[in-house]
Amino acid sequence: MNAKTRVAAIEGWYTLEDPPHLIGSRCCSCGSYFFPRLGSYCRNPACDGTTFAEVKLSRTGRIWSYTNACYQPPPPFVAAEPFVPFAIAAVELAAERMIVLGQVVAGVTVAQLKVGMPVELVLESLYAEGDEERLVWKWKPLEPRP
Amino acid sequence: MSREVAILGVGMHPWGKWGRNFVEYGVHAARAALKDAAVPWPDVQFISGAATMRCGYPGYVAGATFAQALGWQGAQVNTSYAACASGSQALAAARAQILSGACELALVVGADTTPKGFLAPMAGYRPEDPDWVRFHLGITNPTYFALYARRRMELYGATVADFTAVKVKNAAHGAANPNARYRKRFTPAEVMESAMVADPLRLLHVCATSDGGAAVVLASLDYARRHNLRAPRLAAISTVTPRFASTEVEMPDIATDSAAVAPGHSFRASIAAHAYEEAGIGPEELSLAEVYDLAASLELDWYEHLGLCEAGGAEALLRSGATAVGGRLPVNPSGGLACFGEAVPAQALAQVCELVWQLRGQAAERQVANARVGISANQGLFGHASAVIVKV
Repeated sequence: MNAKTRVAAIEGWYTLEDPPHLIGSRCCSCGSYFFPRLGSYCRNPACDGTTFAEVKLSRTGRIWSYTNACYQPPPPFVAAEPFVPFAIAAVELAAERMIVLGQVVAGVTVAQLKVGMPVELVLESLYAEGDEERLVWKWKPLEPRP
Repeated sequence: MSREVAILGVGMHPWGKWGRNFVEYGVHAARAALKDAAVPWPDVQFISGAATMRCGYPGYVAGATFAQALGWQGAQVNTSYAACASGSQALAAARAQILSGACELALVVGADTTPKGFLAPMAGYRPEDPDWVRFHLGITNPTYFALYARRRMELYGATVADFTAVKVKNAAHGAANPNARYRKRFTPAEVMESAMVADPLRLLHVCATSDGGAAVVLASLDYARRHNLRAPRLAAISTVTPRFASTEVEMPDIATDSAAVAPGHSFRASIAAHAYEEAGIGPEELSLAEVYDLAASLELDWYEHLGLCEAGGAEALLRSGATAVGGRLPVNPSGGLACFGEAVPAQALAQVCELVWQLRGQAAERQVANARVGISANQGLFGHASAVIVKV
C-alpha cells in the first residue's frame, strides 16, 4: 500500500515539520502577533508598521473553551462517510496572548476536555483526496507529566 | 440640537420558511409600516435597504429593489450591508439624512429568504477569507455559541438548565406573538431531549434561520410636531467596531487579536456602552431589552454586556424571574430569535419594531407594563456592532 503524500490543507498557515508550528507574523515596529500571517499593514491602531517577521507561534497552550460538532458541517468542510463528530478547542497561547481555534485530535471527546487543560499542536488529516493526505493543525491534550 | 428622530411607524411580514422572494416580505413590511405611520409612500424622501449576501455576492441591491417594488418615486436611496447588523446600519443611514436636514421622512426596510440548514460561504479554495477557512475546518456558527456557553459554565457556574430556562422563557413570550415563526411553548424536558448540536448546546438552544421582513418609518421631530404625531423617539444607534486588541474569539475568525502589546477589550461590552452614552441614559432606566439570542446562552452574556447585572450575575438575574414578562426588566418579550429564527438583514429592524410596539402599549399578551425605554442589541459578522435605544 502506498503512503499518501502529506500536504497542507491550507497552505502557509503552519509548518509540516515535526513538531509542527502555526506560522504567524510579528510586527517589526510594535511587536504585536498576528495569525494568520499579515504582510503589509499592522492592525494595531497605534502602529503604522509595514514590515513583519515570520514567527512560529507557541505550539502549546491552555484550553480557553471547547465544544464539538455533532452535525456534519456544510462545504467547504469535507466530511468522511459516515460523518464522525469531532471536538473543537479554543486555545490560549501565553506568549502571544491570543486564542486560536482548531479541531481536537480524533478520538478525544468533550468528556475528556477541561478549561485550562494544557494542549499541544499536532498535524492530523483533515481529509484525504486521491493520493494526498490533507493535513491540518489540531490540538492534542498533553499527557500528564510524571 | 437634539440628535433624536421620531419613529412614526413600524411593520413586519411574519417570520417563517415561506420560500418566496425576499422582496415580497420587504414590500409587505414596508406597506404595513407606512400604514402604521399614516404616511403615503410618495412622500418618503429617503429609502434605506438592509441587504443580505448569499454565496458571496449581494444578489440584489436592496434599497433600490424595495424602491422599485413599492413604485419608483424618485426618493434618494441607500443600501447597507453588515450581516446581522445590516438593519441598524440602514437605520443609521436614514437617521443621518434626517439629522443633517437632507430629508425629513425616511423608510428603512430589511427582508430575507434564507437557505435551509447552516449558513455557509461560497465554495472554491479561498483561504484568504476567514469565513471560508473556519467552515473548511468544520467550525460553524454554533461552535462559537457553544464556546461562549462552556466558558460561562466554567467561569460563572452556569448550567445547561439555565440555558434551557432562557429558551423556555422566550418560547412562552413568543407563543403570543403573531409575527413569530415558532409559537410553541416548550418544557425543559423537551429542550433537553432535542439533539446535541455543539456540546453543551442542543438543537432547541440554537436559533433557526428564517424568512421575514421588517420596516421602520423615521421622521424629523419637527415633521412629527407639524403633523401632530406622538411617536416614540430613536435616541441612539451604536454601530461601533471592536477595539484592538479584541480578546474574545469572534465569528468568523480563527484567532483573536494578540494582547501582547496592546490592552485587551471586550467588543460586546462596548456595543451597549456607546448606545447609552449617545442616549444619555443608563441601564437602570431600561424597561425592556431585545437581545440577539442566536443561542439561549448568549442571552445571558447580553445581560452583562448591557449592564443589567455584573459579570457573572446573569444566571441569578434569570433565575429571579426579572427578565421574564411580568418581571422587573423583561428581555426578549417578542420571543427573540428562539421564536423567530434569524432573517439576517431584517432582524435588527424586527427588534426595533418590538421596542416600538412595547413603548406604544400595543404588545397584547406580551406587553411589558409601563414600558418607557427599550434597547436592542445585536452583532454583525466581522465586527459590526448594532444597538438601538428607543424611548417615549
